[in-house]
Amino acid sequence: MKKHDVIVVGGGLAGLRAAWKVSDFADTAVVSKIHPLRSHTGAAQGGIAASLGNATPDSWEEHMFDTVKGSDYLGDQDVIEVLVKEAPQTIYELEHLGVAFSRTEEGKIAQRAFGGHTKPRACYAADWTGHTLLHTVYEQCVPKKIKFYDEWFALSVAVQDGVCRGIVALEIPTGRIEIFHSKSVIITTGGYGRAFKITSNALANTGDGLNLALGAGLPLEDMEFVQFHPTGLYRHGILLTEGARGEGGYLINRTGERFMKRYAPEKMELAPRDVISRAEQTEMDEGKGIDGKDFVYLDLRHLGAAKILEALPQTRDLAMSFAGVDPIKNPIPIQPTAHYSMGGIPTTIAGQVIMDEKNTPVAGLYAAGECACVSMHGANRLGTNSLLDAAMFGKRAAESAIEYLKGAEHQPFPEEVCESAKEKVRRLRVANGPESAPKLRHELQETMTQKCGIFRDEERLDECLAKIRELQDRFQRIGIGDRSLTFNTEIIEALETQNLLEFSEIIVYGAIARRESRGAHWRVDYPKRDDQNWLKHTMAFKKEGKIELRYKDVTITKFPPKERGY
Amino acid sequence: MVVLRILRYNPAKDERPTFRNYEIGPTAGMTILDALIHIKENMDPSLTFRRSCRSAICGSCALTANGKNLLACNTQLSALKKKRIVLEPLPGFQILRDLAVDWEPFFDKYRAIKPYLITKSAPPAKERIQSPDIRKRYDDAAKCIMCSACTSSCPVMWTDDSYLGPAALTKVWRFVADDRDEATEERLSMVSNEKGVWRCHTIFRCSESCPKDIDTAGCLEFLRKKVVWYSLRGRV
Repeated sequence: MKKHDVIVVGGGLAGLRAAWKVSDFADTAVVSKIHPLRSHTGAAQGGIAASLGNATPDSWEEHMFDTVKGSDYLGDQDVIEVLVKEAPQTIYELEHLGVAFSRTEEGKIAQRAFGGHTKPRACYAADWTGHTLLHTVYEQCVPKKIKFYDEWFALSVAVQDGVCRGIVALEIPTGRIEIFHSKSVIITTGGYGRAFKITSNALANTGDGLNLALGAGLPLEDMEFVQFHPTGLYRHGILLTEGARGEGGYLINRTGERFMKRYAPEKMELAPRDVISRAEQTEMDEGKGIDGKDFVYLDLRHLGAAKILEALPQTRDLAMSFAGVDPIKNPIPIQPTAHYSMGGIPTTIAGQVIMDEKNTPVAGLYAAGECACVSMHGANRLGTNSLLDAAMFGKRAAESAIEYLKGAEHQPFPEEVCESAKEKVRRLRVANGPESAPKLRHELQETMTQKCGIFRDEERLDECLAKIRELQDRFQRIGIGDRSLTFNTEIIEALETQNLLEFSEIIVYGAIARRESRGAHWRVDYPKRDDQNWLKHTMAFKKEGKIELRYKDVTITKFPPKERGY
Repeated sequence: MVVLRILRYNPAKDERPTFRNYEIGPTAGMTILDALIHIKENMDPSLTFRRSCRSAICGSCALTANGKNLLACNTQLSALKKKRIVLEPLPGFQILRDLAVDWEPFFDKYRAIKPYLITKSAPPAKERIQSPDIRKRYDDAAKCIMCSACTSSCPVMWTDDSYLGPAALTKVWRFVADDRDEATEERLSMVSNEKGVWRCHTIFRCSESCPKDIDTAGCLEFLRKKVVWYSLRGRV
């Protein structure tokens, strides 16, 4: 058994910010299934938002309104207000830690335009902003007293009588399963994009943290809201930053038309992601994709070689390596790609995980970053707000934990939580059925992309739900070929597949229930936003295999809902 | 059709590493990582390798293909221009299993060089001012993804465990070149010895193997110049 005051599960930006903060006050460990520097924060490209006003005058009020409108009024406005107000200080703090921001001529942090933001407020480091944030915060963790458990896969979190008691995790290199006894746990495991076939997400983004919460009997919030990013590299789904359009890139269809003028005449290519992804999908559905296929072009040629090389070097490398296209000479084939998980583990504004729609907190349990739903992004996140969310709420969760730890003791660890985790893995180790986990995963991803994608309707969603339940059932009959305890990635991938199957059911269940179109959740059979009935957060509980939906009010403070046009 | 000849080794049960051949095809548009995943999912579930982002930013999937260190995810099979491709774990490290190596010694060196911005003066209320020219000076070095392809390709590293190696030294340059850092002399003293910049034989394999096109040997050269300049003035 390992013993620490705080266990941070996940080593991306949110987790590292939490560990960095809390480790000055408590014995801290980070448990991550991949080395923290391999985390998907590193793949964030375009920027991190704050109203610094370095490019043009800006204010937190404008940042707040843009975020509220972007969220299609589902974001909690008290949360958004805190976030945008503290954003500049967060950016300065990150800069002081060493983040390699690009600079203006006068040496200030450079800022560029981004979708849905009315001012250029994306602070960036060329097009590898996430990379420098991840590496800088990890670097600053090196001199701290933090115990890193790299390549440990979390199996369960123990919550009993409303108090968190630690986790159970599996050491990937040896197959050993151990209890991590702690007073507090901070879950920062990232998003769930791997439920889809075409996704910008890393292979590791299997939403494991969601299942830690579900396994402890806790609900998930707003899971039906999944953001599709408009510029995924065709067939691969790999992200090409929105910064490419922030720098002036065009989207064109087969006739060479900048089609966004018909969907968002004012904002054009810098409308929010949900709006542009639907526009692209509509073009393709109408046969106006390139060569009638499922892609359109992102055209950067008019920006010129110098601009592309200076501001978008990674974008160019990705296009060349994966599509064989040099954006200086040719337009890049792109399609919408599952990108960001607005839903997740419900938390308070302080990062504390809640167990019901009445905001009852779980003592000692926190969540932050993409795995959490606090909810500041509501039905659609604006680009550059997620790095801000991870950096800020990772730290806020740590600050809450520091307060909690002042009066907390280690509570007895419930043996049965460890036993059932061990049993789950043991069953897989001896599984010799006819089904294959990778095959089930591919079927799930195909189904989710086809039937629970950009455009949804009841018929397809019903089919999708039935398919997921069939896959869950078939998972009981899988076979595992690799019997070794040493670095057994077949078992890990099977555990991830099991996680995907669990929470995907909740995504679809919530999507069926929500009979309206809001932000990234678009129902062709209910194409209007319905504030009368649906201005509320979904809270999904899973008890004894059955899903129950309850709802929670949206916090509205400054901006009452109105029509959302761009 | 392409034959992938992959070095397999599970230290818990194998006496020594052995090659196994996997014939796959058609392979149009396939990267090395696509091929590894294809083999794992369809031919041999025990094949072990690390991967995550599959877009050349996380640094998980560095390996050796036909003798060259590279990332599996951004290398097309066709780019290797061979019908037979030999895949091995990165040289210079212990094998944990198959293509997954033990990175602890690599990260020990990373931790040893204080890989974080060190400041002594109080920060201003807003950002520290830095000119675009200074920012450009460490742009290359800050792009490093710590995949270890460079360090593992360095023949000096193979024979001398104590050598810091190109990745760690490039990280030192990243901070020396950043005018916000206030530990230049400490950093230069740390590397002005036989474990540091003077152990580099300018073989340039590091620069050759970097999947992010960072001129690591060039970064070491800048670092050496700084060390000499500071030494001549008795500051190191």
